[in-house]
Amino acid sequence: MKIDFPHKQSAHCENGVVSNLLRFNGYDFDEPMVFGIGSGIFFTYIPFIKMNGIPVTSYRILPGAIFKRFSKRIGMKVESHTYSNTAKAMSELDAMIDKGIPVGMLTSVYYLTYLPDAYRFHFNAHNIVVYGKEGSNYLVSDPVMETTTTIAYEDLVRARFAKGVAEPKGKMYYPTQLPKDFNIDDAIWRGIKRAGFDMTEIPIPILATKGMRYIANRMQRWPERLGDRKAIQYLGNVVRMQEEIGTGGAGFRFIYAAFLDKASRIVNNNELYDLSKEMTAAGDRWRDFAYYAGRVCKSRKSDVMSFAELGDIIKECADREDKIFRRLHQMAKENI
Amino acid sequence: MKEDEVPQDDANMLQGKFKKLYYATDGSERYKEVGSVGWEPENVVLEQAWEDIRENVEAARQKVLSGEASPILYYMEKNLMTPEIISGYIGLPAFIMKLHLKPFFYKMLGAKTLEKYAYTFRISINELTDINKIK
Repeated sequence: MKIDFPHKQSAHCENGVVSNLLRFNGYDFDEPMVFGIGSGIFFTYIPFIKMNGIPVTSYRILPGAIFKRFSKRIGMKVESHTYSNTAKAMSELDAMIDKGIPVGMLTSVYYLTYLPDAYRFHFNAHNIVVYGKEGSNYLVSDPVMETTTTIAYEDLVRARFAKGVAEPKGKMYYPTQLPKDFNIDDAIWRGIKRAGFDMTEIPIPILATKGMRYIANRMQRWPERLGDRKAIQYLGNVVRMQEEIGTGGAGFRFIYAAFLDKASRIVNNNELYDLSKEMTAAGDRWRDFAYYAGRVCKSRKSDVMSFAELGDIIKECADREDKIFRRLHQMAKENI
Repeated sequence: MKEDEVPQDDANMLQGKFKKLYYATDGSERYKEVGSVGWEPENVVLEQAWEDIRENVEAARQKVLSGEASPILYYMEKNLMTPEIISGYIGLPAFIMKLHLKPFFYKMLGAKTLEKYAYTFRISINELTDINKIK
């Protein structure tokens, strides 16, 4: 059984699955629109939660939240199931495919054999769509890939039932009610409003623009506090989270700028386009940071461009984004 | 980032399987999608992450061969796992799983528990227990 599924590549898996599932149902929302309406942009640095001994850095909101916010704003309903029994999880998947319904699911990147080896870490919140079955292989639309691919039954079972942090537990989902009665202008402004709030108003020092200043200050002390080796590991991880597959460049900043660009034309507001350009400039600074940080990592010493200067670049990004999102928040409030 | 600035530094990280998608601006400063085979800074930090992993695997291998640790340590590192991940597979708390890294406790494991470890690492019991395989 094979469903005719309109696969299109995206930078990030969650945006991509939402966008592709909607395209299958005849709605055209590309990745930046999903990301923007779903208010995906964010920043966090959590020094007390570590993965393999390195603090967690993230440039976006929690996995699943973009999907949830986007669905709410355009009136889409999604049914999702988790399973404790692997055989049942797989047979229900087969049943959905037989009914001609492509299914989104959570998987662990580590067991997705078709991905490049260098990227296969234990990350349990990767979204894919399964849209068919041929023999014992499943047909997969993985949004980060240019084309569709296949995966063996046994590998898919492992990927759906991976253990560890945030276990997927075989979670699969599909829209039950398609978008209706939505006003695209309103959805865009609500998405912008929430992003503006998240980025500037949350009074917690490790989140959003405050979090950027926080990591900048911490980073400037890494060499003396942690020593060369550990400081380089920490720095390398920040760059990886910013530039790895899925971010569209500069830790989602360019996807958001693309959203503002498109949104400016839909809601007919030139100031959004100007802010898109400023967002691009902020993203370019993040790229500068990654570029110099990469050189520091390569030299394995902290003296090519010191951590102090790297921290200053991030502080500059924080100032720029603070200004952009305060203005966006203001504009959104005026337009809702 | 302008479309002609999208980096194309190929370090074979993607093994030619696909290009990464970037969003960049065109001549009239509107956004478009551009594919990339990689970017030097990312290649560097990704390679370093794998180097750290390879060092951990090698250190574990030496410890197993010298009898300081059980083979479970080696396969744990090789599969990039942590005691917390493994405890999910074998159904025992992580602090008990950690004991199995020591040869003293490892020797007491029954076939049933070994079977669970072998399943976790996707190898046979024979491969798990025979340390000649990792020499």
